[in-house]
Amino acid sequence: MKSLYENEMKLEFISKSNNEAFARISVAAFAAQLDPTIEELADIKTAVSEAVTNSIIHGYEDTEGIVKINCKIIGNSIIIEISDTGKGIENIEEARKPLYTSKPNLERSGMGFTIMESFMDEIKVESILGLGTKVTMKKLIKKEEESEQDIAKVLSQIGKQE
Amino acid sequence: MNKKEEKRLNVNYEANQKILFLEITEEIDHHTVEKIRRKADYEITRYMPRKVIFDFHHVTFMDSAGIGMVLGRYKMMNMLGGSLELINVSPMLKKIFEMSGITKICPLKEVS
Repeated sequence: MKSLYENEMKLEFISKSNNEAFARISVAAFAAQLDPTIEELADIKTAVSEAVTNSIIHGYEDTEGIVKINCKIIGNSIIIEISDTGKGIENIEEARKPLYTSKPNLERSGMGFTIMESFMDEIKVESILGLGTKVTMKKLIKKEEESEQDIAKVLSQIGKQE
Repeated sequence: MNKKEEKRLNVNYEANQKILFLEITEEIDHHTVEKIRRKADYEITRYMPRKVIFDFHHVTFMDSAGIGMVLGRYKMMNMLGGSLELINVSPMLKKIFEMSGITKICPLKEVS
């Protein structure tokens, strides 16, 4: 079977919190083929950690379930899909608000979705109550020439202002 | 395993100035944060310091669990009439702390 994508990998693990590190390190290792910067890699790791933690503590509420990760590479982008078959999110809009947490007693900061949104280029959250949640995130890994072009652009803009 | 867990937090107390140094030596996520928090609270209630300094020098990864942990210790120190300081925060951690607004109430210092 030929994949529609340039590369693809799938990961499945039990919703144990010690798998959070395993998940983010595995995704980062897969993303490494796009030659990301250390910062881009850290962004990916953090976003994956947030999504997986959400599945474990909110989706499954510390009962045992399966968390699935599906990663695809298209061009210079990595698409990461993290899903669970847990209890689902009642109000996605509310859940995505900064500082909102349904579990304040756990000292959760309510910054999970905010971090995913700002560290990744695109994020889509789908959820059905009682069936589960799927978070799809996309990040474009810039090629070196592109970053250099960006720098040149910024520099020329600064030049214009002066 | 037990020995490893003990190493999660290096503790140093300066009795003269009542400063408690807590050096975190591992990645901070929802899995590890519970033990860090428990150990930190134990040391804080044991010494009742005037100031707690968290050293992030050896922290190579942190997600939003770290924000909750720091915010919780900030509230605790506030209640005890003391203060909290964060030192040796890498640019990646700084990005996360700044996003949360924590840096407005709890300044980051560069000292090593």
